[in-house]
Amino acid sequence: MAANPTGVGGHENGWAKTFRTDNWWVGPAVTFAGLSAWLLYYFWAAWTDANYAAGPYMSPFYPFYLHHAPEGGHAAFFGMLPGWWPALISPALVAGFAPGAFRITCYYYRKAYYRAFFGTPPGCAVGARPQDYRGETFLLVFQNLHRYALYGALLLLPYLYYEAAMGFFHEGEFGVGLGSIIMVMNCVFLSFYTLGCHAWRHLVGGQLNCFSCGAVPRLRYGAWQGVTKLNENHMRWAWTSLIWIAFTDLYIRLVAMGVITDPNTWGGF
Amino acid sequence: MPNRTIRVWRGNQEGGKFEEYTVEVGEGVVVLDVIHLAQAEHANDLAVRWNCKAGKCGSCSMEINGKPKLGCMTRVSDYGPDEVITVQPMKTFPVIKDLVTDVSWNYRQNERIKPFTPRPRDADGQWRMTTEDVERVQEFRKCIECFLCQNTCHVLRDHDKRDQFVGPRFMIRLAQLDMHPLDVEDRIPAAKEEYGTGYCNITRCCTEVCPEHINITDNGIIPMKERVVDRYYDPIAMIARKLFGGK
Repeated sequence: MAANPTGVGGHENGWAKTFRTDNWWVGPAVTFAGLSAWLLYYFWAAWTDANYAAGPYMSPFYPFYLHHAPEGGHAAFFGMLPGWWPALISPALVAGFAPGAFRITCYYYRKAYYRAFFGTPPGCAVGARPQDYRGETFLLVFQNLHRYALYGALLLLPYLYYEAAMGFFHEGEFGVGLGSIIMVMNCVFLSFYTLGCHAWRHLVGGQLNCFSCGAVPRLRYGAWQGVTKLNENHMRWAWTSLIWIAFTDLYIRLVAMGVITDPNTWGGF
Repeated sequence: MPNRTIRVWRGNQEGGKFEEYTVEVGEGVVVLDVIHLAQAEHANDLAVRWNCKAGKCGSCSMEINGKPKLGCMTRVSDYGPDEVITVQPMKTFPVIKDLVTDVSWNYRQNERIKPFTPRPRDADGQWRMTTEDVERVQEFRKCIECFLCQNTCHVLRDHDKRDQFVGPRFMIRLAQLDMHPLDVEDRIPAAKEEYGTGYCNITRCCTEVCPEHINITDNGIIPMKERVVDRYYDPIAMIARKLFGGK
């Protein structure tokens, strides 16, 4: 039963009802537009299954371990996908499963999409969508496995660094291009986001109650402090890494398509 | 001195309405000052709870232009010079009169939580804690129990899940006790089953409205949710406990 009969206190009940006079809707609207645009671009880029490699550069949407080797590029780590594999599920979609699960269950993105997409609630002191609310105890109980999605994302990071390192070697010759730098920055932003994860913060030390009880807890305390620093800016790194990974794909795609020319020390590809 | 118009909800459980009062205000006044001026000049029976006027007692929680805030910490100059400021009681708690609500439900939640249970003292009769062990829980001790977080939490405010979820204020109370280096009580089963960690969906409104800037979500609720995951949802952690012991 509600705390007050209808009308008492002057409050209104119902979807998006509020007395707020500020632009509370801007945040969820920008989030909705930003995430929707990103998803549209990602699915388009993943389904095209083309123009993901240029010279030594590989799109981060198409990790090297699960695709056919691009001409002049490094070989696929696990070889090609089998012939019976449905074309609709491109290598990029397969590769996107672990990072996708990591972001979907991320404590920051949960706030973002619960507000922007599901309206539970759309804003603070703004009426939530009426429903038999069960939080994360029923259908959304899978959110509790965020740490497993983290493990997948952590495994992918070295691959992305490897790809970024390979971006400095074109046909065996060391060099530097704008694409190499963009790929390295992509790895750095993704590292800041992944290593600032709340579940990671818990696992490295947050689960302890006594940081001073021995050498290992003290080491974990140091790690926890470091992760806490990144965690304080988790939203910033979530967005920066999300935008940059798409930008990296777009840059390599445009170079591959010949729309732009990558400035580099190799004198072109 | 300029005039300010304030629109205050007046009434009780039987019903009520908004009434407007215009008062002369000086520089630097806060919304609670305007309410007091309206009370003195126009409505002697206007009920408002207040005490310290310094943002430390947590008494004057209200909703100002729809936002949960402390009346004593909200400057009138934050609003446009001709803007009518609307003041309402907190939505989540039963109205007693005008801006005063009955927040006693919160005290009952506190009584449900197992209190601090320290381990036995050391051989020399002392309890010792190092700075790094206790600094984390100091943040939660800043809580002034204004209950703005409870008021804003949509689980309580919109979905009225009082029987399932104790609310953010008591999530940090739980975190404060559970992370304490001396405490030995196991509150994790109750955190999941009785206090409802799973009902929080991390939308962070509690953190946004906290006048003490306690990072309720990141430092209190999420760590508690992760501790529940350790116990109930993580198969590797469950196997490790079977093999190596521990809670």
